[in-house]
Amino acid sequence: MIAIFDYGSGNLRSALRAFESTGQQVVVTSDIQTLKSAQGLVIPGVGAFSACVTSLLKFKAGEIIQYRVDKQLPIFGICVGMQILFSDSQEGAPADKKAGIGIWPNQVVKLSNPILPHMGWNTVSAGSNSVLFNGLDQEQFYFVHSYAVVESAGKIASWSDYDQKFLAAVEDGTVVATQFHPEKSGRAGLKLISNWVASL
Amino acid sequence: MSLSVRIIPCLDVDNGRVVKGINFKNLTDAGDPVEMAKIYNSEGADELTFLDISASSNQLPTTLEVVQKTAEQVFIPLTVGGGVRSVNDVDTLLRAGADKVSINTAAINRPQVIAEIAQRFGQQVLVLSVDAKRGNSKSGFEVTTHGGKVLANLDAIEWVKQACELGVGEILLNSMDADGTKAGFDLEMIKAVRAVTNVPLIASGGAGKLSDFEDALKAGANALLAASVFHFGSFKISDVKSYLSAKGYPMRTAVS
Repeated sequence: MIAIFDYGSGNLRSALRAFESTGQQVVVTSDIQTLKSAQGLVIPGVGAFSACVTSLLKFKAGEIIQYRVDKQLPIFGICVGMQILFSDSQEGAPADKKAGIGIWPNQVVKLSNPILPHMGWNTVSAGSNSVLFNGLDQEQFYFVHSYAVVESAGKIASWSDYDQKFLAAVEDGTVVATQFHPEKSGRAGLKLISNWVASL
Repeated sequence: MSLSVRIIPCLDVDNGRVVKGINFKNLTDAGDPVEMAKIYNSEGADELTFLDISASSNQLPTTLEVVQKTAEQVFIPLTVGGGVRSVNDVDTLLRAGADKVSINTAAINRPQVIAEIAQRFGQQVLVLSVDAKRGNSKSGFEVTTHGGKVLANLDAIEWVKQACELGVGEILLNSMDADGTKAGFDLEMIKAVRAVTNVPLIASGGAGKLSDFEDALKAGANALLAASVFHFGSFKISDVKSYLSAKGYPMRTAVS
């Protein structure tokens, strides 16, 4: 069973349908025990970094994520759900800055391209031995964001380019994350999701 | 390896049915928005926009049903507009499966609603739809409402600047002069808007031939929206993509 973390962020219906398309049982929930014990945990994320972190912490995300990391249970972060796994972000006013979960030490920074958000389909160069991008190197995925990590992180880094190279996806043992929205990336996105599900 | 130019078909929905003539063949229900969304998806649309143009004051329930059914079958971004007035409307649409919402008249009536929506959901969720025509305001481009029939007494360029400061993530610029003429996009209007905003700019209105799309990109558009040329079958999405790709623009070639 796959659990999608419902902490009040954005549209969960698309994520639900996309993960269901793999034939797996999928639940959208904020129940701590389910989130801890599910075979796979999906952390979606839409909106601002600090707002997402604040909501996540209300639902004990720190405890849930740490538990799953310790037990080597799979986690998949999407968009801001990826960003919150890093230590911190440049986004937002200093007064309401929130630290990220900190699985990876890097900072999420504002992209340099003058036209932001980076919105639309961009090509991803898959890292070598990527499981997520098996059969999907140089495919296009749908991005909507203004901030990203521009340094390598985790064991396998996959990259995209928007005036500067940035991290499109990270795979680090049982923790994976994509800056793009696989649930909105057509056939390529569904294939990536099924690659992840097959690895569980 | 770079960001692709988006080609966005627009479905105008009236009481749950797509309007503006359509000539799709082999459809069980030619005016069904969900069926049309599936076809455009299979033809390579990069996003879909639904604009509910129903005259009724309470069109949201019909829109919701269309969005829900589409989002269950089509896994590309959906923008929904028409009758969006409040943070609650946005919340309802996002929960139904919309990824972005477009706002128009309600923002003209009360600009602060832009900031309210952006604070709750982030600016990336909000598309400002601007129906503009040439007129006597400061920039020479005026904002209209009611499909171009009513002047909003607002300068289009000033309005775009103000809305961007309040927090929109994208501008959908519709030329009411060019709309339906097939004489090409209003390039001067695109340039004027491009000059005052750094959010992505979607050009709409006037596409008649393939080179028109390239002209809009040269003028500063990042994405291209069209309705009639696709509905009437003047050309397919893939024709536009092939043309622009041959001119060197990055296009998404995979079909969903």
